[in-house]
Amino acid sequence: MSDVIGNGKFLVGIYDDDDVVLTAVKDVKKAGVRIHEVYSPFPIHGLDVALGHPRSRLGIAAFLFALSGTTTALLLTAYTEGFDWPMIVGGKDSYSPVIYVPIIFELTVLFCALGMVATFLVSNGLGPTVKPLMYDLRTTDNKFAMAIDLSKNNIGEGDIEQILRKSGAAEVNIKQF
Amino acid sequence: MSHVTSAVRTPLVTGGKTYADVTEDISRQVEGSPTREWTIAFTISVVVLLYGTACVFWTWWEGLGVWGLNKTVGWAWDITNFVWWVGIGHAGTLISAILLLFRQKWRTAVNRAAEAMTIFAVICAATFILMHMGRPWLAYWALPLPNTFGSLWVNFKSPLVWDVFAISTYFTVSLVFWYMGLLPDLATIRDRARSKVSRYIYGAFSLGWNGSAKTWARYEYMSLILAGLSTPLVLSVHTIVSFDFATSVIPGWHTTIFPPYFVAGAIFSGFAMVQNLVLIIRVVFKLEDYITLEHIESMNKVITLTGSIVGVAYLTEFFIAWYSGVEFESYAFINRATGPYWWAYWAMMTCNVITPQLFWSRAIRRSIVWTFTLSVVVNIGMWFERFVIIVTSLHRDYLPSSWAMFHPTLFDISDYIFSFGLFFTLFLLFSKFLPVVNMAEVKTVIKSSSERLPVSVSGVAKGERVANPTFNKDVE
Repeated sequence: MSDVIGNGKFLVGIYDDDDVVLTAVKDVKKAGVRIHEVYSPFPIHGLDVALGHPRSRLGIAAFLFALSGTTTALLLTAYTEGFDWPMIVGGKDSYSPVIYVPIIFELTVLFCALGMVATFLVSNGLGPTVKPLMYDLRTTDNKFAMAIDLSKNNIGEGDIEQILRKSGAAEVNIKQF
Repeated sequence: MSHVTSAVRTPLVTGGKTYADVTEDISRQVEGSPTREWTIAFTISVVVLLYGTACVFWTWWEGLGVWGLNKTVGWAWDITNFVWWVGIGHAGTLISAILLLFRQKWRTAVNRAAEAMTIFAVICAATFILMHMGRPWLAYWALPLPNTFGSLWVNFKSPLVWDVFAISTYFTVSLVFWYMGLLPDLATIRDRARSKVSRYIYGAFSLGWNGSAKTWARYEYMSLILAGLSTPLVLSVHTIVSFDFATSVIPGWHTTIFPPYFVAGAIFSGFAMVQNLVLIIRVVFKLEDYITLEHIESMNKVITLTGSIVGVAYLTEFFIAWYSGVEFESYAFINRATGPYWWAYWAMMTCNVITPQLFWSRAIRRSIVWTFTLSVVVNIGMWFERFVIIVTSLHRDYLPSSWAMFHPTLFDISDYIFSFGLFFTLFLLFSKFLPVVNMAEVKTVIKSSSERLPVSVSGVAKGERVANPTFNKDVE
């Protein structure tokens, strides 16, 4: 899954600094330009809020997966030891959830971790065969890129370039996908 | 802006590094040809691994009779090695998860190597469980699968089955955590790759990462939840390993202090192994600016703390053995200190309780030679701890007629050596093909923790540490 569908022409502002790009996002938005996305070599705190990205719901997914792990462990132990092959070992009841706390805990953690990571990969369109859309290869090294989708903005290309430069962009490049 | 530098904090990155320097310095060993030191170390590891593998196969071919086990001492080096390796793994998760939750910035330089160590240590631990089974081709019997003779299941009440769940969950979650942490750095290597093959391989493993703000936000959220999951997990794993002993009725094992005591010991030995590894890495890969004396000192403080907890646990065991009024318990502990295995007990006490206290001295805590030596000593001590718990408790049971001694054979020793060959081969492969320091995370701390910030936005002289610094194009 890519973050661009179809052909698009983008103006890409290249910034040298994370603090500058964070301020630039606010300035560019104030100037009425719609920002497609910002790319950085490391996470910039507050950037997603500045861009207006909704809060991640991964936590909800994690909780649901954890719940499925707990349920699986309870059902597995209840079926096997309580119904299918009841055994009294060491004087412990054949079925008592207290005895199975380690099993329940481990399966809860396992399901939660694997399910959440899978959700993260799917929701971000990440996978072994995915070819990433790179607006600038240096964004995985030391540069920060702000991509503006020209088809989604009514402002002229030249004006957007001016706004980007004014906001602190060291370079402004055109990228066509 | 979140970059605030306290004047009292010592920098975590020295040498006035910029973001580009971080990429360059850490990618160098991945992109370049193997160094001479790496080649020599790798060759030795592979030779040891091959020798060890032959011995392990012989152990399986002949059966566990080639070990020095007897009717009384049924667990010896196998379980000692297993518990020791699992313990070593714990520091990786602790650094990744617990220190992330505690917002300890110093973890960023050492977390990658420590996490890799966790994975490889757990693999080594698992090999001992397979060896200990005697018939490893039937290892799947430990899984909750209905067998072909009817609806007989594994005993979910057994700590050994809990162990299967705990270790496999721990391994899986640690592997996922480590791999997710690698994604941004794999993308960095991919985008710098010159050859088509490396671009393809690193491209496939980086899963199409492009560092968009949305991905980063979700990624950080996911990392935090994974850390939140791993924190109780790391505590649970060694707690459950300790249940292997604590739920029995053997004097010296049947004790409620085992879970916290095992966890502290695990972190203690794990940090010692991390020290050994990073002290070598920083020199071989020239990463002294990233893995600084601050990092080493911080880890030594953890070693001192956990070593002291372990020391208190040893004394508590003795006290409780006396206070319980159970003569078998009292005998077990007096026998440990004065019986035939007194040398193992006192080796454990010396290495784990006495020598780590030298780290109270700042000079020793910040000395590379002392740190390396004492870390080796701690690892030796922690191995002896497991040996003492297992063998000295078993060799004197309730029936004096069955009292016996354990003497290791060539195969006990060789199978242990095998695990070192496996561990170092895997670790050296990791250090050659993957960045040993988390580049993305180091970049996040560079502004607030760099020794010499390149330029300021507030007119403060270049080189001074300021609250809201910035990197400009014209920076040197």
